[in-house]
Amino acid sequence: MDFVSIVRVALRALTRNKLRSALTMLGMIIGVGAVIAMVGIGQGANEQMQAQIASMGSNLLIVQAGSPRAPGAVHVGWGATKTLVYADEAAILKQIPLATSAAAGNGSHQQVIYDANNWGTTITGTEPSFFPIRNWTFDVGAPFTQSDVTNANNVAVLGATVFMNLFPDGSNPVGRTIRIGKLPFTVVGTLQPKGQTGWGQDQDDVVFVPFTTVQKKISGQYWIQNISVTAANRDVTDSVTEQITALLRSRHRIPPGTPDDFQVHNLTDVAQVANASASVMTILLASIASVSLLVGGIGIMNIMLVSVTERTREIGIRMAVGATESDVRRQFVIEALVLAVIGGLMGIGFGLVTSWLISAVAKWAVDVSLVSIVGATFFSAAIGIFFGYYPAKKAASLDPIEALRFE
Amino acid sequence: MEGVHKIYDLGEIQVHALRGLDVTIYPGEFVAIMGASGGGKSTFMNMVGMLDRPTRGLYQLDGVDVSSLDKVEMAHLRNRKLGFVFQGFNLLSRTTALENVELPALYARLPPEERIERAREALRIVGLADREHHYPSQLSGGQQQRVAIARALMNRPSILLADEPTGNLDSRTSVEIMGIFQRLNKERGITLVLVTHEPDIAQYAQRVITFRDGKIRRDEVVAHPAVAEEVIKNMPVVGADD
Repeated sequence: MDFVSIVRVALRALTRNKLRSALTMLGMIIGVGAVIAMVGIGQGANEQMQAQIASMGSNLLIVQAGSPRAPGAVHVGWGATKTLVYADEAAILKQIPLATSAAAGNGSHQQVIYDANNWGTTITGTEPSFFPIRNWTFDVGAPFTQSDVTNANNVAVLGATVFMNLFPDGSNPVGRTIRIGKLPFTVVGTLQPKGQTGWGQDQDDVVFVPFTTVQKKISGQYWIQNISVTAANRDVTDSVTEQITALLRSRHRIPPGTPDDFQVHNLTDVAQVANASASVMTILLASIASVSLLVGGIGIMNIMLVSVTERTREIGIRMAVGATESDVRRQFVIEALVLAVIGGLMGIGFGLVTSWLISAVAKWAVDVSLVSIVGATFFSAAIGIFFGYYPAKKAASLDPIEALRFE
Repeated sequence: MEGVHKIYDLGEIQVHALRGLDVTIYPGEFVAIMGASGGGKSTFMNMVGMLDRPTRGLYQLDGVDVSSLDKVEMAHLRNRKLGFVFQGFNLLSRTTALENVELPALYARLPPEERIERAREALRIVGLADREHHYPSQLSGGQQQRVAIARALMNRPSILLADEPTGNLDSRTSVEIMGIFQRLNKERGITLVLVTHEPDIAQYAQRVITFRDGKIRRDEVVAHPAVAEEVIKNMPVVGADD
């Protein structure tokens, strides 16, 4: 039989028992839909995570003052030591050529006031180079200048959350004077929002001022809490980390065997770990969903076996008029294949709708890729052939005489 | 056929269905096979129809030793050289008359246009040209049997095997079916092998072979076969068969 005829015969056989075919397909629909939706969720989470990591800055190393393993039994928290100073940053830039840019940072929590609005937020002291290092882009205005840092001027850059709370009407704040604690500051710019971090912290709830201003006018501390360093490229982040560690140990005169009084975080590593765990999650979700696909396949096999028994006489007739075993086998395999592929295609639709619902209702990033759609189509075809083969073989091996006598 | 034996091995007992059969059926013959049930008629038909193969012995069809063929070759030969007509019609339900008739051509891999053309011609031969889109459930027994005959004719076989073709039909319709067989035999030279247990049906054949206990008891030529067309003329009309 030619292929078109077989498919036509298969479709007719399937429409003969519409409810049964529909229920069998339902197994495939749910299975394929689940795989599409789960892979979509996994990939969406993965991409969101990568976007967040990219928003932190590329090839970023953060030197944090203090160490969870400070000398003695007392674990001193990050930022609680006084040993990290601005001169360390200057030394890093001067002595480590692969560290291309750096910015010092310190901070404190303060109340920020404009007009009748006030808002408690983190005041982060830093340098102009911080904004490109950390991938901050300006909504209006511009970063403060190096001379603002040198002179410890009262200038401020507002994060989106702070801007929204101080200027609810959305008016341009550049040039306006806000108060931080008791001091007046001139707003020089506002930042575009970055959203939450992976652990739910609002990155936009922040005011950036020169770090010298924090040192001299707000906290009175001469030391700094962290240094953001950009490595020249991704491949050298590890070696730059080692060089910074060696440099700072010698500058801080830490004898061998004593733990560091600082930590260097390699955010590229963090990103890789995060990616890897997201991939594992995707695989996990997909394999759970595959189980339902497997169940769908078994449903197909079940219904095909029933169908072969019911149609024993038909098989006998076909053999009597000259169908070979392979003709009969092909017919039943293609019937299972048609069932699986139609179910699979509907499952893709179901998966797309589910993904869309999840992203709309739960606000999760869901990304259904073309690869998973094409993959699902081929996979359901494979399931049809795999689970259809046994019933088809059974049909083909019937004895025509017995089959013709079957009532 | 020479010395054909068929033994069914049913585990503990062996059924000796055919015990050394020697018979030759010539092209263009119209042979009726008679005998009590269990006499080996059906087994003989399954052999001739290549649905089964002899345990022992030789079966040649047009000089080809069928016993040496594999299943695929047998299916192809069945497809091209043989046509089956059964007692229970054995049409595919929910499939139109035309599509039922087309079935053997599907397996002969004929192109669709030729398939439909031939199926229409076959339906015309059995006088059902106007019923091609009817389903078996919409047809009378006689009409269904005629569809089955058209299906058997589809691949222009040289032999037509009919297993109790009139068993489910009333006497008038039976004679009509026999008329079709006689016409096919005479006009197209198709060899006919007909199994029946009704002696008056066997009278339409040219030769009657009687089976008993797996052997041929009698093999005789019918001196004056009945002619279905004449018999029908003399039958009282009880109502149109439709």
